[in-house]
Amino acid sequence: MASSLTFEGVTKRYDSTEALAGIDLTVEPGSFVALVGASGSGKSTLLKTINRLTEPSEGRVLLDGEDVSASDPTAMRRSTGYVFQRIGLFPHMTVGENIAIGPRLVGTRLGNERIGELLELVDLDPGMIDRLPDALSGGQQQRVGVARALAGQPSLLLMDEPFGALDPVTRDALGTRVRDLHERLDLTTIMVTHDMAEALILADRVLVMDKGRIVADETPQALASGKGGDVAQELVAVPRHQAEMLKGLEA
Amino acid sequence: MSGVWAALMGLGDVLAQHVILAACAIGLGIAVALPLAVWASRSQAVARGALGFASLVQTIPALALLALFFPILLSLRAVFGEGLPTLGFLPALLALALYALLPILRNAVTAQTNLDPGVLEAADGVGMNFWQRLRLVEAPLAAPYIMAGIRTAAVWTIGAATLSTTIGQPSLGDPIFAGLQTQNWSLVLAGCIASAGLAIVADALLGTIEAGFRRRDRRLWLGGAIAVAVGVAAAFASQADWSRDDGRDTIVIGTKQFSEQLILGRLVGEQLEDAGYNVEYREGLGSAVVAQAVANGSIDLYFDYTGTIWANQMKRTDNPGRDAMYDAIVKWERDVQGTRVVGKLGFENAYALAMREDRAQQLGIRTIEDLARAAPRLVAGGDPEWFERPEWFAVRDAYGLDFANERNFSPTFMYNALTSGDADVISAYTSDGRIAADNLVILDDPREALPSYDTLIIVSPERADDERLMAALEPLLGNINVDAMRQANFSVDRTDGDKKTPREAARWLAEEVGLD
Repeated sequence: MASSLTFEGVTKRYDSTEALAGIDLTVEPGSFVALVGASGSGKSTLLKTINRLTEPSEGRVLLDGEDVSASDPTAMRRSTGYVFQRIGLFPHMTVGENIAIGPRLVGTRLGNERIGELLELVDLDPGMIDRLPDALSGGQQQRVGVARALAGQPSLLLMDEPFGALDPVTRDALGTRVRDLHERLDLTTIMVTHDMAEALILADRVLVMDKGRIVADETPQALASGKGGDVAQELVAVPRHQAEMLKGLEA
Repeated sequence: MSGVWAALMGLGDVLAQHVILAACAIGLGIAVALPLAVWASRSQAVARGALGFASLVQTIPALALLALFFPILLSLRAVFGEGLPTLGFLPALLALALYALLPILRNAVTAQTNLDPGVLEAADGVGMNFWQRLRLVEAPLAAPYIMAGIRTAAVWTIGAATLSTTIGQPSLGDPIFAGLQTQNWSLVLAGCIASAGLAIVADALLGTIEAGFRRRDRRLWLGGAIAVAVGVAAAFASQADWSRDDGRDTIVIGTKQFSEQLILGRLVGEQLEDAGYNVEYREGLGSAVVAQAVANGSIDLYFDYTGTIWANQMKRTDNPGRDAMYDAIVKWERDVQGTRVVGKLGFENAYALAMREDRAQQLGIRTIEDLARAAPRLVAGGDPEWFERPEWFAVRDAYGLDFANERNFSPTFMYNALTSGDADVISAYTSDGRIAADNLVILDDPREALPSYDTLIIVSPERADDERLMAALEPLLGNINVDAMRQANFSVDRTDGDKKTPREAARWLAEEVGLD
C-alpha cells in the first residue's frame, strides 16, 4: 500500500538563511513526484525532512497521517527506501550483504533467492551477489543502491539526485526501470533532480522549487504546454531548446 | 660474541616481564583511545582536546614521564590508601599507556574523519542506530588504520619500556642499564638486541593483522591475532607463580644506579636469603626516588650516604663533623621519615675532586685551593647529578671554583673522560676502584667543604621494629672496609678480562670480609 505525505508549514533555517520557507504540500498515495530546482533551491532539504536526515525548524511532516518527528527515526528509515547521488554502498560488504543490510538491522535474514530477485528487478545478474562494490561500474553500483532501497519492501521511495553521477545511457535505462518498479511495487516516489527533462519524462507531478518555496506544481503535460510561471518555464526551455536543435539536425 | 649470546640466554625472565608490561600498556592505551576516538568523531571539541593532550604527553621525554608518576601516585595515596604502589609495574604501566595513546588515537580519529560521507549517509539512510553504524560500518572501515596506529604504539612502547628499569620495574632495560653502569657491553648489546628483536616481531605480527583487515582476509588477521595472544600468554604463564606461597617474608632491596650499590644490594640480599627471607631487587633507582621509596614502604631497604642525606634531604649546608652528623641523621630519619638507620657499613663513599696524577703534578695542584687558581683554564666533569648537588655548591663557594667549562658524564664515562683528557678534574667517589686503577689523586679539602659520606643501611617504617631483620643485618655493620669495597667495585667496573658481575663481586666481598 503506497504512502501518503503531508507537509504543514515546513521551515528550515540555517543561521540567517532560510532553506525552506514554510512548505505546505500533500502527496497522494501512489504518485511519482519530481522536485526540480537549481542548486540551493531547497529541494534536497525538503526530501530529507521526510526521513529525518534533516529536522525542520518549524512545521511538521505527516507520513500516512503520523507526525514523523514522533517516530523512531531508525525504524522509520528502515521501512523507507532511500537512494542518493553518492550511492554509498558499504565497500567492505558484498553486493548481497549490501542489499540485505536493512532487513538485517531488524534481525531478518534475506535469503540468496530473494537477493537474486531484487538484483533481477534492477536488471543485474544474480551471479553478482558475492562481488564487492569496487568491482562494479557506477551504473551497476547505483542499481545495487536501488535494490538495497527496495529490500525492506517500502511503500515510500525517496531519491536524491539518484542518477546524477551516471552516464546518459545508464541514466535513461535506470530511470525507466525505476518508473516501472514504482508501478509494479505500488510505491509513492519522491525524486529530487535538477534535470527538468528527467522530471518531465518520469514523474506524474512536477514541483519546481526556488529559494525555499514551491513556485510551480504542475503535471508534465501542463509544464510542456507553457504553464507554471517563469522559473518553471526557464527550466523547461532547456530540454525544449535541445529537442528543437536535434530536430533541426535531422531535417 | 659468545658473551652476548650468554647474556641473551639469561634474559628470559626480563623478556617475559617486558612483554607483559608492554602488552598491558598497549592494551590499556587501546581501551582508552578507542572510546575517546568514537566520542571525538561526534564532537570537534573532544577531538581537539584529546589529540592536543595526547600530543602534549608525547613531547614529555619518556624517562621524565615515567619518573613523574612516582610523585603523582604518591599524592594519589591520599585517595586510594597506602597500598597504592608508587614504584614498579603500576607507574610504568600508566606512563607507557599514556605514551601509546597518541598514535592509536590519532589514527582512529583520522580514519573516522576520512570515512566516505556517502557511506555514512547510507548508514543513516538505511536506518542504522548509533551502535549498528559503529559496529557494521565505522569499525570495520577504520580497523586497518587503527591497527596501523596500534603497530606504531607497540614499537614505541616496547622501546620506551626499557626505561621502566629506572622506576623499579624489571624490563629489558635491566641488562642495558646494568651493563652501562658496569661497562659490560655484552650485557648492553644483549638488552638492545632483545628489545629491538621484540619490537620487530611485534611489528610483523601486528602488521599481519593490519594486512588482514585491509584485505578483509579473516584467516590472515585471525592468524596474526592468535600469534600475538600466544606470545603474551606465554609471557604471563612464565611469570605465574606456580609454587605455593612458601610463607617466607619478602624483602625488597632498592639500589641506586652504580656498581657499589648493585654489589651491596646483592651482598645484603644473599645474607637475607641465608637468613630465610625471599629477596626482590629494584635496581637502578634515582637518588631521590629511592629515598622516598623506602620512606613510603615501596622498598624495604636501601643504602645511602650520610653526606647525601644531610645535604639533599635535610637541606643542611653546615658541616658539624662526622659523628654529630651521623647522630643527627639517625634522629631525623626516625622522627621525620619514620625510617630506621640500621647502622654504618664501615666505609665512606665521599664525593671528592680527582685528577690524573701526571696532570696534577704538571699543574702543581695538590689541594682544592690549588685547583681554584687553575680552574679558569680547566674543564670539570661530573656525574649527571653533581653540578646540581649541594655538595658542589658548598665546595664551589668555599673555594670560589670557576671552571672554563662544566660537563656531565655518566659515572662510567666520567673516568674515561679524565683519562682521555676531555675533563681535567672530576667528581670522583672515594670508594671507587678506578682511583687506584687509573692513577688518580684525590685533592685535599683543607676547608672541609665536602661532608663525610658514611655508608648506611636504612629500612622502611614497616621494618623499623623487625628484630629478626636487624639480627640478619648485624654481621654486616662496621665490617666492610674501603679497600675491600674499592676492589669489589673495580672488579665490576673494569673493562679488561677478569670482569665480575655485581653478584659475583658481592660473593667475593662476603668472603673477603669474613661473612659466611
